[in-house]
Amino acid sequence: MMIRTLIAVVAAVLFGCLSAQAQIDSSLLKTPEKKDTIPHSLNMDAIYNRPFLQLGKTPVSIGGYMESNWQYVKTSGITVGNQFQFRRFSLFVASTITKHIKFLSEIEYENDPTGDPGDAGGGSFEVEYAALDIEFHPLINLRGGMIVNPIGAFNQNHDGPKWEFTDRPIAMTQMLPDTWSNTGFGLYGKEYKNHWMFGYEFYLTGGFNDSIIDNTQGKTFLPAAKSSVNRFTESASGEPLYTGKLSVRHDKIGELGLSYMGGVYNTWQIEGAQVDYKRRLSVYDVDFNTTLPTHTNIITEWAWIFVHLPPNYTQEYSSRQFGGFIDVVQPVYRGRILDWNNASINLAVRGEYVDWNVGTFSSTGTRMYNDLWSIMPAISFRPTPQTVLRFNYRHERARDITGDFIGATIGTTAGFSLGLSTYF
Amino acid sequence: MRHKSILATSAIVVGIVAFTACSKLLPSMIDPSEGLCGPVSMSSAQTILFSAGNNEFFRVRSSSSGLGPYFVASGCGNCHSSDNRGHPFTILTRFGQSDTTGNKFLAEGAPQLGTFCLPGYTPEAVPPGATSTQFIAPITAGVGFLEAVPDSEILNMAAANLNNPDGVRGHPNYDTIPSWATPLNGAIPRGDGKYIHRFGRKADVYNLLEQTVNAYSRDMGITSTYLPNNPSNYLDPTPSVTPSVPEVDNTTLNSTVFYVTCLQTPVQRNPNDPTVLAGNQVFVQIGCETCHKQTLTTGYSPIAALANQTFNPFTDLLVHDMGPGLDDHYTEGTAQTSEWRTTPLWGLGLAPNVQGGNTYLLHDGRAHSIEQAIELHGGEAAVSEGRFEKLSTTDRNALLTFLKSL
Ligand code: HEC
Ligand code: HEC
Repeated sequence: MMIRTLIAVVAAVLFGCLSAQAQIDSSLLKTPEKKDTIPHSLNMDAIYNRPFLQLGKTPVSIGGYMESNWQYVKTSGITVGNQFQFRRFSLFVASTITKHIKFLSEIEYENDPTGDPGDAGGGSFEVEYAALDIEFHPLINLRGGMIVNPIGAFNQNHDGPKWEFTDRPIAMTQMLPDTWSNTGFGLYGKEYKNHWMFGYEFYLTGGFNDSIIDNTQGKTFLPAAKSSVNRFTESASGEPLYTGKLSVRHDKIGELGLSYMGGVYNTWQIEGAQVDYKRRLSVYDVDFNTTLPTHTNIITEWAWIFVHLPPNYTQEYSSRQFGGFIDVVQPVYRGRILDWNNASINLAVRGEYVDWNVGTFSSTGTRMYNDLWSIMPAISFRPTPQTVLRFNYRHERARDITGDFIGATIGTTAGFSLGLSTYF
Repeated sequence: MRHKSILATSAIVVGIVAFTACSKLLPSMIDPSEGLCGPVSMSSAQTILFSAGNNEFFRVRSSSSGLGPYFVASGCGNCHSSDNRGHPFTILTRFGQSDTTGNKFLAEGAPQLGTFCLPGYTPEAVPPGATSTQFIAPITAGVGFLEAVPDSEILNMAAANLNNPDGVRGHPNYDTIPSWATPLNGAIPRGDGKYIHRFGRKADVYNLLEQTVNAYSRDMGITSTYLPNNPSNYLDPTPSVTPSVPEVDNTTLNSTVFYVTCLQTPVQRNPNDPTVLAGNQVFVQIGCETCHKQTLTTGYSPIAALANQTFNPFTDLLVHDMGPGLDDHYTEGTAQTSEWRTTPLWGLGLAPNVQGGNTYLLHDGRAHSIEQAIELHGGEAAVSEGRFEKLSTTDRNALLTFLKSL
């Protein structure tokens, strides 16, 4: 309770500093120094807005990032000891095929034990993104291939080196799926005027399946759909998943994103015969980021999930979920450190909350819990904006559905991590 | 500008410092008096087996790992959170047996209702004409000690009630053991070959192996070599498929049995507090202890920490007639419909932790406080309950303080 109040107070103090004075480089912490030439950028640009190396005179550029860390965590007094984790290695290849036609792909090796347990365990190489963009007009671009659904901001803008924390936000990995990409196509566009910038995205893709309400987590769990091997070629429901996002950015105020993702998720017909009711899922997401005149960077995102369950389904699986995070990052020093001219030291804190079972028990009318909150202070050193060395402390409290705090996997988790992440 | 940056920085620093100061950096082990997680003392090899069982107990099953098609919950730990009493949201329904002549509704899926089903299946329903009752999960901590109580001790407790002036009687629930179960050490079968059963609300489960096998099959729809068939639903035209390989293999099943067997007994809090001690005396004086036996002793056990131990479960493992108020017209084995096994009272004070801060007691959780649970005692417990009603406020409060310390 106390800690939650603290998150709120810290956030309020920092918001209080907001004023409409000169804007400093908002992209310092979220976008690397070397980037393509887009002067104003939204979260939707993150996928292209990365450091790339041009390969000689070819139209091909490549880039990538890696993440690795040490961790020592205890849950209810029990620890698995010192853990050394190589979490991600990602390679992007982009090419400008002709004017107004671009192709980008990203291949990622991922093995994140703290990430979403729907991922195949033991580490795997996967194509995370591979799409062609055709620009007809800045407001009308066609994108097709394997694309990242623009639900929220984190899903699009998740590269390790951009963050001061070794762990990804829990709500964005274990409630919403992270790096949630699907086969599909759609339109996007951008427009800017004076200090304002507006962007939209709308895609039709493949999507979820019954595993979101029948999985080894024993709770409604959207990331479970990621483990389906044939989801890139076959949609379980035979219906598109709609994802849409509107973003507005004002140079001095910040960026606000509103997004929606929804569709039928279950296999309701087999060989033309209806075998089940159509069940839908809807996700609403709000994201916001800004940089205050104090250079304080604030990033926050909250999502609401609604899932139609079969009639009289076990309440272990919930029809509603809610969660999100707020990051506050304060550069405390910027300038020359040792031999680096553009180095910085930052203090940061992340507050998070996730509730996997929103609602009440039908048997007792009392509240279902199955929730978690966490606070994570951090200190980071960036010898250059593209490389980060970060030290985090996490304090987390989790309850099971009955509200029980005492158990082997629930209760208090706390620990330290020291991580390294860089673009290359 | 500068001062704002300092302000923000100090807000973060103050936040971090305040936070660090007000909580320990790394959480400590759960105090055994707060929760019920630990094992009895054991060898390294046993610890490895216990840990495997622990993982299995708290593992959640899905359709791809064998759950269903009909089930009540998807993992042992979902009903037995923290190894204590369960929450009513995982309540299960039993039906079909209304006297000691056996269950007449086996063809309709008796004795247990698959409350839920996987998407695409038809949920089960209690067939017309069948009586039914509901059970919330009892405490599982300490069950290994209960299993190691020799039959002779149970028979002695029953015999001692012979001329009980309060009208307390109580008898063991005798039933036939499954073909795959071996008699417990020191088992004393009756002339008709039936054995004393001791687990479950009606004490109609023989041992922890049978309890676990039944739980996999009926509560979760998980087949084993002992019960290889998934139950079918008489309302569902599609017959349920029986998997060719058991959904839980014997090694895993044995580790689960070992896990529950080796759970430590709940630890009483403040046992030497004067009010607790006074309450304990009231408990004995008004006759609660006639059924809720404070001290039992185990006999032989292959697990050293369970052998020849004196422990405090507050049960006699017998079934007692609790009067018409608690008669749900459903029974098991050779118990009458109004008869229930004396519920062990250990862990009582910790139950609200796993029941969302509320209290749900008695077999179906109908009692919302300890007082209410006592007030619902009738039949053989009526005299004792009458004395509870007449207690002075001091004695009543002492009794409740004592019960909450368990
Ligand atoms: C749907 C909820 C549910 C699930 C799942 C469940 N149990 Fe139970 N458990 C119960 C109930 C209810 C009882 C009382 C059963 C009876 O009266 O026959 C019980 C009784 C027990 C007992 C005996 C306690 C006593 O004092 O008699 C043990 C031991 C036990 N369960 C272990 C397990 C194990 C091991 C699993 C997993 C394989 C499991 N349970 C799964 C609800 C559940
Ligand atoms: C005749 C035997 C008998 C006597 C005497 C008796 N009880 Fe019980 N008690 C039982 C039985 C049997 C149950 C389980 C009934 C049920 O589940 O419906 C029970 C259940 C309880 C419960 C609920 C436990 C739980 O976890 O659900 C409490 C509390 C309790 N008794 C306390 C007492 C107290 C205090 C007294 C003395 C005033 C007392 N009992 C006297 C047999 C007895």
